[in-house]
Amino acid sequence: MASVMEIYQLLPKTNCKECGKTTCMAFAVDLLARKFSADDCPPLVNEEKYKENYDKLSGMFTPVAGVSETGLIVHTEKCTGCGNCVVACPVDVAADPQGAGSGRAPTTDKVIFKVVDGVVTANNVQECRRFGENIILCVACIDTCPTKAIEFV
Amino acid sequence: MTDNYYVCPGCALLCDDIEVETEDNKITKMYTACMKGVARMKGCSSPLECTVEQEAADVDASIEKAAAILKDAKNPLIFGHGNSSSEAQKVAIEIAKRTGAYIDDTSSFCQGPIIEAILQEKLKTCTLDDVRDKADVTVFWGADPANSHPRHLSRYSYFPRGKERQRGWEEDRTLITVDIRKSDTSEIAGNSGFFQIPIKGDAEFMNALVDGLSSKVPKTSFNFDKKKILELSNTLKKAKFGVIGVGLGLLYSLEELEPLFALMDKLNSVSNFHIIPMVGQYNMRGFNHNLFEETGYINRVKFDIESGQAKHGAEYSVVEALKERSVDAALVIGSDPLSSLPLPVARYLADIPLIDIDPCQNLTATKANVTIPCALGGVESGGTAVRMDGVEIELKQIVETDKLSDKEVLTRIMEAL
Repeated sequence: MASVMEIYQLLPKTNCKECGKTTCMAFAVDLLARKFSADDCPPLVNEEKYKENYDKLSGMFTPVAGVSETGLIVHTEKCTGCGNCVVACPVDVAADPQGAGSGRAPTTDKVIFKVVDGVVTANNVQECRRFGENIILCVACIDTCPTKAIEFV
Repeated sequence: MTDNYYVCPGCALLCDDIEVETEDNKITKMYTACMKGVARMKGCSSPLECTVEQEAADVDASIEKAAAILKDAKNPLIFGHGNSSSEAQKVAIEIAKRTGAYIDDTSSFCQGPIIEAILQEKLKTCTLDDVRDKADVTVFWGADPANSHPRHLSRYSYFPRGKERQRGWEEDRTLITVDIRKSDTSEIAGNSGFFQIPIKGDAEFMNALVDGLSSKVPKTSFNFDKKKILELSNTLKKAKFGVIGVGLGLLYSLEELEPLFALMDKLNSVSNFHIIPMVGQYNMRGFNHNLFEETGYINRVKFDIESGQAKHGAEYSVVEALKERSVDAALVIGSDPLSSLPLPVARYLADIPLIDIDPCQNLTATKANVTIPCALGGVESGGTAVRMDGVEIELKQIVETDKLSDKEVLTRIMEAL
């Protein structure tokens, strides 16, 4: 994932305030948090000289539609359905120790990850450790993914 | 949730926890299967047509023609079997006996030597369920299961909690990969678990490991960090139940298996290690088992037409037999040799009378004189298959089809002979 500085470098850096933010840096932070999209920066969209940067930025943030409440995104085009995240997720292990926790097919609907048609899908995100007030910044599903198909924003 | 689980024939892991939804005799949705399994089980995008001399024909005519080709041939070759049920493989062996054919499968240039050593009890092995329940150190050598067997790590070797491995991968298991490049699997193993060696450096690295395990200074011509080898030796020494998944990368680099035997002997004198071949096609090991039962050899066999005696040797392998041009007709089942064999050999194979039995259209079929479509094993027809660790698994039929199963096609060819 791009850092805020990388995103900032692609912006016009004029602090024109047209987006409603005071600086381009502030816009970059909100872009990273997906509160804004690249289309919210008028100079970037309208001016020809920023076209390349605009394309790069919008390419970076296309999957924004799939974000769940915990900020979890599954890049379906990268996922191979190996199920590492299904088995590694501590919530899945607690909910279904004999099934998902032991590497077998999940035997309950309480698990977060499930592989459907060869691609992992996230359900019950309210159970995720990253959800709610007492957030634990758990990375079990990201660390175990061989293709980096899971991401938190 | 249902208890109605099916077996996936996508690779030799034969995952037996797949749920499917069907509509109009087609699989519409699949649960738990990886992408490889989904691609296989949802069926072919272009199914094989039934043809004789590249023209549409009915099944009876093509079976008759296939039998005629085999009858006329002096030294036919029967090859493939990786994606056939064990029942079909047994009939294929019978046909080979009857026609005095060469019979070989992909293990001849794949995992054959390892499976042979395991069946002759030269190498210690275990089942994948043992791996899940007991293994604390797993080594993948020249293998990249994250791509070749996507569910290997999640179902058995690294992530699951097993009987004696209750605390999961973070505390209870160590993953080590030895490879010539950083693979997706080594990405998971991390920098401390990844040992990058140069091409053809496997034998030397094994010898260095043996030295490390014997408390000698491990030396390699490619100056591999001695400290790292000693650390690895230590990890292996401390293992309570170790497994080495042998991939093709290792097998292709070894001229002979001696270094592997030496390493396994040493490992088993200081610790407890097992070998599992990373078989690709879902029932390649089944063919090795079936032929071993019948003849005492796992592949590369030629039957004598009169006595039915089996001769075995490197000269009877599919590549050598085709190179010598001693084969004068071929029956290919559940494989695509034209795309996997070396070009000069494949060219010769394309020139001789060729019969192809497969569910899907492939390169071999485009050059075949007779093509006979069969049901997709594990989806349109049942049967048994042998998993990569040697455990027999029952495949279940999921959808109905009017196609003959691979076993039925071969049985009818046998009858026509």
